[in-house]
Formats: sequence, C-alpha cells, structure tokens
Amino acid sequence: METVANPTYMKRKRNGRISIKAGSKSERVIRLTMMLLFVLTVTAFLLFDYTGLELWTAIVETGQNLKVMFFEPALNHFTWAEAFYQVGVTLGLAVLSTIIGAVIAFFLALMAATNLSKEWVTKVVRVIVAFIRAVPTVLWVLIFAIAAGLGSEAAVLGMLFHSIAYLVKAFSEAFEEVDKGILEALRATGSSWWHVVIHGIMPSTFTYILSWTFLRFEINFAVAVAMGAAAGAGGIGFELFMASGFYFDLSEVGFITYAILIIAIILEVFSTQLKNRYFPSSVRN
Amino acid sequence: MSEKVMQKRKWQMTIALIIIIAITYLSAAITKFNFIDGLVAFPEAIGWMFSNLLITQESLEKLPTILDKLVETIFMSIAATTTAAVVSIFLGIMGSKTTSINGFLSTFARFIASVSRNIPVVAWALILLLSFGQNSLTGYLALFVGTVGFLTRAFIESIDEASHSAVEALTATGATYFHIVNKAVIPQSLPQMISWILFMIETNIRSATLVGILTGTGIGYTFDMYYKSMNYNVVALVTFSIVIAVIIIELMSNYIRKVIM
Amino acid sequence: MALLQIARLSKSYDNETKVLKDISFSVKAGEFVSIIGPSGAGKSTLLRCVNQMVPISSGEVIFDNAPVTQLKKRALRQLRTNIGMVFQHYNLVPRLTVIENVLHGRLGYKTTLQGIMSRFTEKEKEQAFYLLRKLGIEEHAYKRCDQLSGGQQQRVGIARALIQGPKLVLCDEPIASLDPNSSKIIMDHLKSITSELGITCLVNLHQVEVAQQYSDRIIGLNQGEVVFDGTNYQLTEEKTNRIYGTEMRELITV
Repeated sequence: METVANPTYMKRKRNGRISIKAGSKSERVIRLTMMLLFVLTVTAFLLFDYTGLELWTAIVETGQNLKVMFFEPALNHFTWAEAFYQVGVTLGLAVLSTIIGAVIAFFLALMAATNLSKEWVTKVVRVIVAFIRAVPTVLWVLIFAIAAGLGSEAAVLGMLFHSIAYLVKAFSEAFEEVDKGILEALRATGSSWWHVVIHGIMPSTFTYILSWTFLRFEINFAVAVAMGAAAGAGGIGFELFMASGFYFDLSEVGFITYAILIIAIILEVFSTQLKNRYFPSSVRN
Repeated sequence: MSEKVMQKRKWQMTIALIIIIAITYLSAAITKFNFIDGLVAFPEAIGWMFSNLLITQESLEKLPTILDKLVETIFMSIAATTTAAVVSIFLGIMGSKTTSINGFLSTFARFIASVSRNIPVVAWALILLLSFGQNSLTGYLALFVGTVGFLTRAFIESIDEASHSAVEALTATGATYFHIVNKAVIPQSLPQMISWILFMIETNIRSATLVGILTGTGIGYTFDMYYKSMNYNVVALVTFSIVIAVIIIELMSNYIRKVIM
Repeated sequence: MALLQIARLSKSYDNETKVLKDISFSVKAGEFVSIIGPSGAGKSTLLRCVNQMVPISSGEVIFDNAPVTQLKKRALRQLRTNIGMVFQHYNLVPRLTVIENVLHGRLGYKTTLQGIMSRFTEKEKEQAFYLLRKLGIEEHAYKRCDQLSGGQQQRVGIARALIQGPKLVLCDEPIASLDPNSSKIIMDHLKSITSELGITCLVNLHQVEVAQQYSDRIIGLNQGEVVFDGTNYQLTEEKTNRIYGTEMRELITV
C-alpha cells in the first residue's frame, strides 16, 4: 500500500519521529499528578518513623492474630444479649445522626440549591459546609464531648456535622435537577415559596432524599463504630477497643469484627440496590 | 389516574414517615439520647467553643511540632492511597466484567475488596497495633487496607463504565489481553481513577487523624495529647491546621479534576 | 474462489432459542455483500461468528481456505488481523487521539511488550496519516476522538480497520447512528474499499434502499435464517416483504 502522506498535519518529536500524542494540557496534568504522587509516596516511606518495628516478626504475629480472630471467634467478657445491645447502640447512634442530619440538611439544602435560593445564601452555605467537612468527625465528637459533656448527645452532635455536610450536597443537587417547568407552573399560580417546596420539590425528590439518607446511614454505621473506639461513644466500637486494647482478647476481637462485617455487608447490599435503581452513574461520598 | 398516583404517593410518604419516626424513637431509647438535652447542649457547646477554642500567642509556639506531625500524617495518607491504588488497579481489572480473565479471579477480587472495605479502619488499626506497635507503619497499613477495598470497588465501576465497546474493537483487531488493558481500558478510565485517588487522599487525611488517636502516631496523637491535658488553645490550633491542610488539598484536587476530566 | 465460506452455521446463546439456524453461504474475494433484515434477525451475531467474537454452536466457517472454528489464542489473533471490523457505535477509545486509535489496528501484529511500549514504526504512522487523508480527516489527527462528529468517528473506525491490511472488512450497522449526509459519505468510502483496494466487505444494514444502491449481492436474514440470497435486482418487493415479515409491511402502509 502507498504510504506517502501529506506532511503538513504531522507533528514530529525532537528526535524526528512522528508524534502520536496530542500534547494536551490534560495529558500533561495527568502525567504530572502521577509523578508527583509517586515522588511523595517514596519520600513518605523514607520519612516514616519506624521506631521499635521488627517488620518480619510483626507480619508473622499479625498473621497469627488474624488466624485467631477469624477462625476462633468467641465471646469472653460479655454475653450474646449484651453483644446485641451494643450493636443496637451503635446502630442507634448511626440512625439518630443520620435522621436528625437529614432533617437539618433538608432545610440547608433548600438554601443551597441555586434554583430556590439567592446566590449569596447559596455561597455562604457552601463555604460553611466545606469547613465542616474539613474537620475530621472524631475531632467534632471529642470537642462536643468536652463542650456538651460525655454521652450519646455529644456523639450524635459530633457525627451530625459530616452527615449534614454530605447530605446538603446530595439534596441540593437533587433539588437543582427538579424540572424548571414544575416550579414555574407553581409560581405562576401565585404559590408561596413554601408551597413550591411542599408541592413541587418534595414529591419529585422524595425517593432521592430517602435513598441518599440511607446511603449516609451506611457510612454512619462505620463512623459510629469508629467513634465508639476512638472517642468513647459506646456501642460495639467501644467493646472492640476494650477487647483489643485492654483484654488483648483476639477471639473476642474476631467475634466483634464478624458482627460489624455482617451488618456492614447487609447495609452495602441494600445501598448497592438503591444506587443501581436510582443513580445510574457512580455515587461519590 | 394522576389522582390515584398522588393518593398512592401520599400514602407511601405517610408510611415512610411513621416508620422513620418509630426507628428514631427506638434509637433514642436504646442510646439514652435525650432530644431536649441535645437541643440545649448545642448552643452551649457552640458558645463553649467560641470562648475556649482560641488560638493564643502561647499555643502558636507549638506550631512547628504540629506542622511536623501534620506533614507526617499527610505523607502517610498519600503513601497509603497511592500504594493501595496500584493494588486496586490489578484487583479492579480482575474484578470488572469487561476485563475479567475468569469467574474465580473476579469473585476473589470482589471478595477481597468487600472484606477490607467493610471491616472498619479502626478495627484494622487496633489489630495491627498489637504487633506493629506505635509507629507510622501501623497507621499506614490500616489506611492501606481500607483504601484497597474502597478503590477496588470504585475502579471496577470506572472500568465497567468506560470501555466495553473499545475492548470489543481491539479484540477484533487481534490485540492481546495486555494490549487491550493497556491501550483501551487504562487510557479511558485513568482520569476517573485519578479523581477517585484524589478523593481518597482527602478522606484518608481525616481517617489518619482517627487512626492516629488509636495508634499514637501523627497529628491524631498530637491532638489527643493536648486534648487529654486540656490545653484547648493548642487543640484549636491543631484543628485549624488540619482544616487548612484538607481545604488546600481539596482545592488542588478540584483543579486537577477540572483539567483532566 | 471463495474467500469466506459459511456452512450449516448455527448459534444459540442459551441452548434453547437459536439465534442463527443452519446458515450457509459463501463470499468471493472482492465482493461487496450486504446482510439485511429486521432487528433481532441475528445479523450482528452472524458477523461476529466470522471472526470468532462469539463462539459458534455448530457448523463451520472457513476463511481463506482455513477453518476458523477451532482456532485458539495465537492463531485466532492471526485470523483477526486479516479481518477488519467497523462498528455501529464506532467503538473508539474516546479520550485518545485519532492517530492513536487508528494505530490500534496494528496491535494484532505486535508482541505484548511492543504494543504496551507503543512501538509503532514510522512506516505504520505514515500509513495511518495516509489513510486519514484518503478518508478526509487528516487535519483532525491530533484531536481526541470524542471531539469529532459521528461521521468523522466512523471514518476513524474505518481507518483502524484498513490499517490492519485486512482481506475482509466486517461492518456492523456502520450507518445506523448517523444522519443521511454522513451515511452517504461512509457508504461511499466503504464501497471504494472494495472497488479501489479490492478488499471484500460484508456489511450489516437495515435500510433496504442503501443495500440495493451499494451492494453486489444481498443476503436477507429473518429470525436467524437466510431467506434471500441474490443480486440487488433480484430483490423484489415481495422478497423484501419476506425478509421483513408481513407485519412490517402493515406497519409501513398503515
């Protein structure tokens, strides 16, 4: 076959070979990002504090620990009934922070949605949400623990913050997708802002709101476990912390891990179904 | 007909609301949560924060140590995320329907991802702490395991979404499996993958704080130390430095995302 | 001499319903053959049986005097390098440049390592540019494929098939997603593949008029069976009705 091509459109590399890359900004940024991450990772391993670490022993020991955990799970320091109760407490904390969070987020999302609110209000809400998200949940819980006194109130208040931030984003995006025509029609009949919300926004986004709230509940379960362990918020997370940190009872750690794993997987199955049904493209948290 | 639909929807909403209220009430009972107390505590707590969480001249002297620990934490998160991403790319390719080699490997990849994702990071941290002791590697590994779980699922989705048709075309030209992965799958899903990696770095900095409290490393430990000694001015400073670091990283990620997507 | 022979080919995906039933025909080198039929008739499956993109249930496909049915890995890849394929949805890698997508057609000739390192020779790149010029899209060579129109993307798809140096090009509904103008351009290009380069074309179409205008020969498929095989002037209205079924005619006339 002939191979005489018009050279006008060809780009050549410095060594005279024909280039096949577009040389676009996005290609450069991708390459730069990957190189940067690589360099930072290598530096990280050099900077790590390896105090008191004997890598090989640690790996072997962890392997043994995992074996005890997963193959010999047992309850030694509390009963089945108590285990159920503690799981219930963790689920309860997750439920409360999710539902209260959803209610508050609903109103904030109305303020954050560009089609329902003034521009400056939208911006203010978004800045506040960005700030809230930047503080790790455990810090919120710990801060509330001093400020409001230890107890489930502090845990729930602390966990609320991230739930609100997450749901405001999700809800306001759902609100913004409501058909303009519906809102216009309602406004044309002289409905007040609240009427528009109740008769226009609520019916068309209700299933979305429920789904997003459930997705957040899945996350909040893991958060509640973490808060139990790290911030003394009680529940199964706290038992996990006690079993590993005080009793050094690996069988019990194993039992608790299984309990958490089972619930987490059940929640995941539900939320995957919800996602596939209501959100065709991937969901970000 | 629309009347009927409306009626049905109203019923559904009412039933859903009743269920939600019942569950909330039950949860409040089991956790001994008191709504009134919570409501009262909130303004009090905010007030307390504004009067106690103040960054003073004195606390600023601690800034170099704090920044040192913060940098350690950021490095730990980045290292955990990128190394996990490398593992996840392989697991993702194994697990995705478009590129899976056989059913067994695909199920295996999904199983690994599911277990490591659904066992919370705190559990991994506590387990690893027992033998790895109080050092950076413990936190790193805990984040690593959780991140592998999360990123594998995300990558499987990106690969499934991105490249089915191009895979078919390249198969038809007689390209090998590795050609197809390398020339069709990776180029098409790479931006999406980088976006997930950046997202995970942000998340991991927050998780690293949590893990640090448990394993006694990084910025989490610093926070815990001043928190327990009730030096709230330094607590405020630590919190603010984390906020600023997270926001800077978020802004950078957003910029990169905008350019590459 | 027949380039492609298909004998008693059957295909079923679930062992119950047969998508293709006992299909036999052969295609001579340099022929332009259209396969027409309603959607769901098995056109796409038939095409994919030729290059073994879907495995055959029973029967035989002989390409270039060699049976393709039992081919494994290496030999199968070799077969596929000789058969180009053009798709309804173009099946390009949208984020890569036009020229990269065209060069993907050469991957069948590379070892794994050569391919991964993008070791394309200067000659291959020049040929890619030559093909793009022939197809009138040379100026877009460095654009990302997702920035092109449908018709332009399909031309990239054709270039990718041609750079393989194929003996046969399979086209699966190449114009089904295009407007009439682009459709004409694409069909003209496909026709010239046969008339100028002497490469055999097997094209799936659902528009009868297009098939009649361009093909040397038409094969009509209905519910997995060949119901017509002949030149375009042998395709009378009555026979068209047989291919598309009577319901179709009612739908059109009502």
